[in-house]
Amino acid sequence: MRRMLLEGLFRRPVTEGTPAVNDAEVDALAERLGVSAKTRLGRSLSIREVDAGSCNGCELEIHALNNSYYDVERFGLRFVASPRHADVLMVTGPVTANMREGLERTYAATPAPKWVVAVGDCGAGCGVFGKSYAVIGAVSDVIPVDLVIPGCPPEPIDMLKGLIGLIEASARG
Amino acid sequence: MSTLRTALLNTALTIEEQRPWPRITVDVDTWRQATLAIAAGNATLSGLWAEPGAVHMALLDDEDGALMVLTLATPDGRFPSVGLTHPPAQRFERAIVDLYGFVADGMPDDRLWLDHDRWGVRAPLGSAAFVPADGSAYAFLKAEGPPLHQIAVGPVHAGIIEPGHFRFSANGEIIVRLEERLGYVHKGIEGLLTDTTLEAAAKVVARVSGDSTVAYSLAFARAAEAALGVGVPQRAIWLRALMTELERLANHLGDIGAICNDAAFALMLAHCGMLREEVLRAAKAAFGHRLMMDRIVPGGVTADLHDSGAIKALTAYIRQRFPRLVELYDNTASLQNRTVSTGRLSAGLARRFGAGGPIGRASGRAFDARKAPGYPPYGDLDFKMAVRDAGDVDARIWVRIDEVYESLELIEQIVDRLPPGPIAYPLAPALRERRVPQAGGLANEPRDGATEGLALIESFRGDVLVWLRTDETGRVLRGTVRDPSAFQWPLLEAAIEGNIVADFPLCNKSFNCSYSGHDL
Ligand code: SF4
Repeated sequence: MRRMLLEGLFRRPVTEGTPAVNDAEVDALAERLGVSAKTRLGRSLSIREVDAGSCNGCELEIHALNNSYYDVERFGLRFVASPRHADVLMVTGPVTANMREGLERTYAATPAPKWVVAVGDCGAGCGVFGKSYAVIGAVSDVIPVDLVIPGCPPEPIDMLKGLIGLIEASARG
Repeated sequence: MSTLRTALLNTALTIEEQRPWPRITVDVDTWRQATLAIAAGNATLSGLWAEPGAVHMALLDDEDGALMVLTLATPDGRFPSVGLTHPPAQRFERAIVDLYGFVADGMPDDRLWLDHDRWGVRAPLGSAAFVPADGSAYAFLKAEGPPLHQIAVGPVHAGIIEPGHFRFSANGEIIVRLEERLGYVHKGIEGLLTDTTLEAAAKVVARVSGDSTVAYSLAFARAAEAALGVGVPQRAIWLRALMTELERLANHLGDIGAICNDAAFALMLAHCGMLREEVLRAAKAAFGHRLMMDRIVPGGVTADLHDSGAIKALTAYIRQRFPRLVELYDNTASLQNRTVSTGRLSAGLARRFGAGGPIGRASGRAFDARKAPGYPPYGDLDFKMAVRDAGDVDARIWVRIDEVYESLELIEQIVDRLPPGPIAYPLAPALRERRVPQAGGLANEPRDGATEGLALIESFRGDVLVWLRTDETGRVLRGTVRDPSAFQWPLLEAAIEGNIVADFPLCNKSFNCSYSGHDL
């Protein structure tokens, strides 16, 4: 173990550089958010992930955000265990009828100011599942959504861009 | 079971057009006898599903991997409960009752399962009667006594994982009973596989459980090809195996890291996470998608491998780094202290439930769908089945470690021997030709224009079953899927008994069942 730790000290980091975020997009996002959260949040956001019906593909890629290549914590982004500690909900999946209340309650338990990011084609608009007796709809059909990150699943780098945009926008707002 | 098979075939009322394994319609008596035979261990229950007017039960022969489907007509909406004598069938049965409104006579557990009273409709795939969507309380099984207390967890969990509810009854730190309540991510997959196009059905099946998307697409393609009687080029067969092994590699690496992380050993997660990321990047470079979604389709694959360099570099890199992680796991006593003898699953239960994948193989059930029934190209490839007997968290880690090496071995063999040629046969012309009447007729001229196909594929988690009924134009009339998790979830309840609450995340992660694959 000692050898591995030592090696880790001297190896070049594998971490990706900061992805470029489009300035105009950030401005538009800031305007959409419309809240001045800067003083309260600074440049850091706590994220609570909620699977509202996903196939678990999106979860795999959200997980990857924590690996050494993307390392979200260096941007002040942290995944937290409770919605009560969260500023952002990252919600995946078409919202199933059986998860609707769970999602609504999680949203209610998150203190304001709060933002919702709908992740994946399912979160954005049901993906291949479509509305049915079991599926209520997209995330925005159940709670207000501030940012959509499409893809099936979106790649970690796309999610990282979206989240950094959110930090920038909240700092500008 | 081959004698059982012959006996069942002899009592069949009719034999249906299903490939490559037969589906037979039986009467109530034979149905009952079959349920007794699986309860006695003469065959393994591999699936139980329904359609309006009938229930189907798939039986698996553990020895040769041959399947057989038994069908019972249910004109009055009733069938004799399988779960009454064979507990692994119980949740399937409850799901059938919820979705189709059937009555399973003698069913020992009649609580709603997938239906949480949130759909606004009862029996959505049957009579579809409207009811209020108010939600209902769930009557958890009782565990009583003065020192017991309950811990309720979920459906929204603390980590980045899928939703489900766990109800623990604990005596101090010791878990006396765990009961799962699942169904939160039920998306109505069987409904989506009813009367639809092959393309749409393929997309849905690829998203039953995203972590096994390649295995599901392969199972779907093989079931569709069996039903429609269309072929696949050699190169596609080998590329399919390459993708399935990359998927297994990525998931096993992720799981090994994540299990150790739940024993508070984050270093393994960090290193395994990097290896997993390398696999996904190589998959993207080779096939254009990190999870290789929708790359396997009926008739072949949609992406060719142009440069095997990235894959070769990947296996070389993992071979260089992984052994040191294994050594680290093996030499860290504090970690072994958490994993050895924790969450023990007995060999008997694993066999009875037909536990697939590393969970079954860590408890001595030597079953791997790549070996039996087997499917190409695995017969031409050299690999060993990893089996252990201890049945604890440690054994489940070791099976995964062994399988990482086997997958590396397989990937290298495949890349070295990849045959040249096309990567897909277009389906439409194949189907058109099939319908042209030939002299003497086609050997397998389907009745009613409908044919059925069945496939059993080894995903990283265990054997995935896909059943399809198509018409001669390739339209999907009905379909069903069965995830290995469906048999593994109840076993988690058994394995956790007598362990401490703090070890639950560790045990749960060592099982790593799919919620989405179970809830469908
Ligand atoms: S967007 Fe794709 S990966 Fe994400 S939950 Fe939906 S189907 Fe799965």
